[in-house]
Amino acid sequence: MKKNWWKILGVALVGYAILGGFLFKVPRLNILNETIRNLNFHVTMWFGMVILLTTSMVYAIKYLKKGDLHYDDKSVEFAKVGILFGVLGILTGAFWANFTWGEPWSGDAKQNAAAICLLIYFAYLVLRNSLQDEQQKGRVSAVYNIFAYSAMIPLLFILPRLSPDSLHPGNGGNPGFNFYDLDSKLRIVFYPAIIGWTLLGAWIATLQIRIKAITRATEDV
Amino acid sequence: MKAQILPLVKKELLSEWRQRYAINGMILYLASTIFVCYMSFGLKAGTIDAITWNALFWIIILFTAVNSVAKSFIQDKEGRMLYYYSITSPESIIISKIVYNAVLLIVLSGIGILIYSFVMGNPIQDLPLFLLAVFLGAIGFSSGLTMISGIASKASNSGTLMAVLSFPVIIPLVLMVIRLSKNAMDGIDRSASTDEIITLLAINLIVGAASYLLFPYLWRS
Repeated sequence: MKKNWWKILGVALVGYAILGGFLFKVPRLNILNETIRNLNFHVTMWFGMVILLTTSMVYAIKYLKKGDLHYDDKSVEFAKVGILFGVLGILTGAFWANFTWGEPWSGDAKQNAAAICLLIYFAYLVLRNSLQDEQQKGRVSAVYNIFAYSAMIPLLFILPRLSPDSLHPGNGGNPGFNFYDLDSKLRIVFYPAIIGWTLLGAWIATLQIRIKAITRATEDV
Repeated sequence: MKAQILPLVKKELLSEWRQRYAINGMILYLASTIFVCYMSFGLKAGTIDAITWNALFWIIILFTAVNSVAKSFIQDKEGRMLYYYSITSPESIIISKIVYNAVLLIVLSGIGILIYSFVMGNPIQDLPLFLLAVFLGAIGFSSGLTMISGIASKASNSGTLMAVLSFPVIIPLVLMVIRLSKNAMDGIDRSASTDEIITLLAINLIVGAASYLLFPYLWRS
């Protein structure tokens, strides 16, 4: 029970995010209207993805330092859940954009960056599958993980900000969350939702890691 | 460290010079690609859009770069790698390879500009800035792709893997360099391009530093 408190917290926060996200009062903004509720489901996915991928990168560094395969398992599983969050983020975003921008894919700077980011991590999985030896697989893919992460930072954080013509709320004069929403009505759901989704992702990852540890142990026997 | 890098760069250049078919092959590859593009657009010189001209040029350079850098680790035999391992440090090997590939790419893209503007026309208004973009792009491609080539050489299907791994990682760089060279083509005041130059330098620095730090781990396997 002591170890599981964060899982309960995660489920509670996600439940709160779903209830609060659909039922609480939201500010009325032009164009966005009720679709602003997607903030709790779409934007949180990106925050969760970045946190999970960062965790994956940290475990990749630990693996390179220690050489323990357990860290490699952790690294790849966190990356996989990060990819899942990324795919969900693109889907929720496309769904929302269909109503707000009139089409699911508008070639927006952030959409493209997200797609490229997913390509990088799909390449990571392909690389893993094409190596046979466990230790070598771990080391080479850890190196690519860290390398890709450091190449992803400019992609996600610098480039979209340099192009002011993004369609996203808050860019290029579109109504955004920070400029108009000064009463913080959205934030009381938004921040807990980030924590909740991330904890849920971490839970999925730990389950996978335990399954891997068990299969490895039974293989040895 | 410095004493080791210079002989290594010299050795790479010498071995390239002795088997000239490789560099001649790359130049021919570049020329044929440019000619295929020229023919398939079916255009007389100067009738192509500035945006298309620029994008096409960088795509050609990107593919040439991927193909020419790919061989930097893949061609080295295992025995020779072992020999390097016994006489130098991995840091000097990666730096010498990056320097050598940068020189190679600068030469190749210089030849590329000549052939390209010969057949497709030359709408560049600010040539020094365009050359600066080519220079920074070549250094960036070299530092990113050399590391990827090292990673890909560990796997069995290294040819495909090289493309899969490198394209998403190299995209931020390509986008920045295309933006910078577009400014140069339009002859915009140079102060408008400082943002792009600084971002390019920063990306180059991040990628270079990541290669320098990570290569020793890759080397060990």
